[in-house]
Amino acid sequence: MERIFEILENDARTTPEQISTMLGIPVAEVEKAIKEAEEKRTILKYKTIINWDKLNKEQVWALIEVKVVPQRDVGFDTIAEHIYRFPEVISAYLVSGTYDLSLLVQGKSMHDVAKFVSEKLSPLDKVQGTTTHFLLKRYKDDGEVLEFPEEIKRLPITP
Amino acid sequence: MSKSGTGGGKNPRDFVSQKADSLSPSGIRKFFDLISTTEGVISLGVGEPDFSTPWRIREAAIHSIEKGYTMYTSNYGLPELRQLLAQSLERQYGVSYHPGQELLITCGVSEALDLALRAVVNPGEEVIIPDPCYVAYSPCISLAGGIPVPVPTCVETGFTIMASEIEPKITAKTKAILIGYPANPTGAVMTKEELSQIASLAEKHDLLVISDEIYAGLVYEREHICFSSLPGARERTILLGGFSKTYAMTGWRVGYAAANGDIIEAMLKIHQYTALCAPITAQMAAVEALKSGEAEAQKMLHEYDRRRRIMVKRLNDCGLACLEPGGAFYAFPSIKITGMRSEEFARRLLKEEKVVVVPGSSFGQHGEGFCRCCYAAPLKEIEEALKRIGNFVRRHNATT
Ligand SMILES: Cc1ncc(COP(=O)(O)O)c(C=O)c1O
Repeated sequence: MERIFEILENDARTTPEQISTMLGIPVAEVEKAIKEAEEKRTILKYKTIINWDKLNKEQVWALIEVKVVPQRDVGFDTIAEHIYRFPEVISAYLVSGTYDLSLLVQGKSMHDVAKFVSEKLSPLDKVQGTTTHFLLKRYKDDGEVLEFPEEIKRLPITP
Repeated sequence: MSKSGTGGGKNPRDFVSQKADSLSPSGIRKFFDLISTTEGVISLGVGEPDFSTPWRIREAAIHSIEKGYTMYTSNYGLPELRQLLAQSLERQYGVSYHPGQELLITCGVSEALDLALRAVVNPGEEVIIPDPCYVAYSPCISLAGGIPVPVPTCVETGFTIMASEIEPKITAKTKAILIGYPANPTGAVMTKEELSQIASLAEKHDLLVISDEIYAGLVYEREHICFSSLPGARERTILLGGFSKTYAMTGWRVGYAAANGDIIEAMLKIHQYTALCAPITAQMAAVEALKSGEAEAQKMLHEYDRRRRIMVKRLNDCGLACLEPGGAFYAFPSIKITGMRSEEFARRLLKEEKVVVVPGSSFGQHGEGFCRCCYAAPLKEIEEALKRIGNFVRRHNATT
């Protein structure tokens, strides 16, 4: 099954028929495996990677380091949930090192993000401190190079 | 032919040697001009990966240039590369070659092939090759003064060269058997039994075997059999191997030959005067490939495998009967259903549907009736190309 996911992770639009041919297993089996994975939430969603910068859309992203106080019994999970429920938070990770949560936050403007940090994030009881890094440029996202993907420079016919 | 210049001197063309003149231009080159003038073409006509060399390898090469590794190397090649190569051959196939005397790093398998033939062939001696086979085999034998003796292979036996077909072609002048499996253009691989029979035959008639295993790293659903690993074969085998295909390094020009020290010594003598050494940067890159390229190579292999299955299925679905290739990155379907000769098929397919394939006849007389389709191309392009080929075949189905 892992092989099905690898194919889909690389291109979610690969059809069950193509996957079936690629892996030499019946289409019905592929479809069943995908359905099961969706039900179990092994497959969460099919998304598209978009380079919004190309649309000149006003949008900013920030990586925010958050230091929090863990709580008895639940550790970091409760405070993490509290934070990641905010729609501004695109990704949230618990990390090792000098801080605890790493967030990717999206807003319409720097002001927007600053407001989220000062009004929503920092005031939280268990949040000890935050450091905000605004993203200046995206080079690679989810394994995809955004600006200068490698072109194929082959001659059209070679021995 | 008109004479140029004023005097009765030679036309520049007259300076060309008879040997060079007698070589037929590669069928592939002829086709090239036609393609470069057509727009929107999808090419299944290439013979190389559609990946760039893995970044680690490129990065190591760049670093070596920065560090000033810009000199000649030993004629044999970088000692570290030979050491790693010897280990890799031992680990993968259980064959041991002494990195000091039995390995020679060359400018691609292309050079290694030329050296091997020139080092062993006396004028008029015969070298047996499969037909169809890689385009360079026959010309390189001729250039070495030898006579190529093609042994027909056919789709019924999966394009493998059978010992029983070779034997009748053996004469007092036969010097060597040159084989290359996995094969370009057919994608055929040979089983251990089939190869062992060739090894026995070589022993029986005291022949040398030159085994071009450049596609050894691209074998699907089975293990590659290295010819020199067969019992008794090592001393009469020149093993040729490379980096071009496995590590997507075609432009670097690095490969190798492995054989008994006396043969390598003879090849080295030619190499030292003609190439001197393989490019040092390419050798540095090859070192990195052997050290850390395995994971990336596996990733590419899996990707080819998926495309291979799609291509074979689509070809068969549209009526171009195609065996499942066991290695390399070529499918070699029959174009019988169209009733066309392979050159006509390729030319019309390009003109009408803008898809490039290589006519089977470019690879020998017995490649006629087939065409080579390379699946080292993005899946989207393969799907689109096969859709177009499907349309073409539907229009030109000679059986309806
Ligand atoms: C069967 C075969 N041998 C040798 C070569 C040449 O390889 P290299 O790039 O190592 O010179 C090729 C390249 O297409 C090939 O297909």
